[in-house]
Amino acid sequence: MVTRFFNWVKQAGALLGKDIKVEFRTKYSLNSFLMFALTTLVMVSFAVGPYILDEVLHSALIWIILFFSAMAGLARSFVKEQEKGTVYALKLSAVPETVYLGKFIYNLVLLFFVITIVIPFYIFFLSPPVGNPGLLVFVLILGSLGLAAATTILAAIVSQANVKGNLLPVLAFPVLLPLLITAINGTRLALEGFPLRDAMPELQILISFFAIMLAVSLMLFNFVWEG
Amino acid sequence: MISIQLNNLTKTYNEQVIFSGVQEAVTQGSCLVVSGPNGSGKTTLLKIIAGLVRPSSGEMHLTIENKVIPREEQKDYLGYVSPDLMLYEELSALENLEFFARIRGLTEGVKKAEEMLEKVQLNKWKAKMVSTYSTGMKQRLKFAFALLHRPLLLLLDEPGSNLDESGHALVQEIIEEQKQRGCVILSTNDPTEVSRYGDQILQLG
Repeated sequence: MVTRFFNWVKQAGALLGKDIKVEFRTKYSLNSFLMFALTTLVMVSFAVGPYILDEVLHSALIWIILFFSAMAGLARSFVKEQEKGTVYALKLSAVPETVYLGKFIYNLVLLFFVITIVIPFYIFFLSPPVGNPGLLVFVLILGSLGLAAATTILAAIVSQANVKGNLLPVLAFPVLLPLLITAINGTRLALEGFPLRDAMPELQILISFFAIMLAVSLMLFNFVWEG
Repeated sequence: MISIQLNNLTKTYNEQVIFSGVQEAVTQGSCLVVSGPNGSGKTTLLKIIAGLVRPSSGEMHLTIENKVIPREEQKDYLGYVSPDLMLYEELSALENLEFFARIRGLTEGVKKAEEMLEKVQLNKWKAKMVSTYSTGMKQRLKFAFALLHRPLLLLLDEPGSNLDESGHALVQEIIEEQKQRGCVILSTNDPTEVSRYGDQILQLG
């Protein structure tokens, strides 16, 4: 059992390395991801102008930008394997669960990269009050884990569909709704400067969402991958 | 000792029957050539044997040393070359094979990748991106990919397509070597290939 787990981790690592190398050379997902996030951010900052938003609106805007950017960027992870015909080589070589793990970690890396660019820009352009930066980082990390776990399995489902276009946001929205509501609430608490203990229910929900999504995805991925 | 048993395989798409009742057995040292006109289901049959497509009815059994191999483990024993299978264009040939060796958990992946590239005569271009390869070179690379883990069953869909004369000789050499190790199932509509390689012939359509 332990050997099998380590083999999975090694193989997922190989897939992650391959995806990062390909992404570094093509910048396909990263460009669409970043362009969407930065365009939305600039539009919001122009629309808001000199008005001062309250913490609830700031929290919602942050997660709307992250959600739709994730839909634009992360959907590509499986679709490009399908479109380029590499999916058969992968199916014939890899254990399905390692494919999920590799793609999940890759999507998480992309998401973290985008967050580290978008959030400082958001703070610079829209000047939200950040009362508890530590809590904000916690909420962003835990929210990203759940977002990447759910988006990865949904992107795999979408890649099997004939009409891939805008299917991912439609499928993802109901699944991600509990995560988004909790993450928005947790972000609001961080912006309002509440201490970590006051945000514990939100953090616990975010951890539970991620754990459940990861476990369910690993159990179901084989069926999705086999089509 | 390997044997493949195709039991009454049928495939339908949207109520259109592609083929039905395919019944065949292939054993160690043999090459089954699947022949037939375009649209007769040769590629689909090979995909079913490779586990990439499910049959509408019927079953495929892969037996090694009298042990029936479960479906999810069958891919460890087979190599597949097909026009539908592509390798990563943004990686070099060596990077592609190293990646597939690592993901298969093969020990000495780099050494095996180098050996395979030498076998298919691509070692001179091993560091070049696959996107810069000609179609024939890509076809040779697919052979290296399929043989990387020394499979017992080799599935070849139109193996001679886009290959020059030395490429055809390479295909012949690979098939002869594979028959020593296991068996080959090959699909083609080229009558020369049918007569050259076919120990058994399955006519579709």
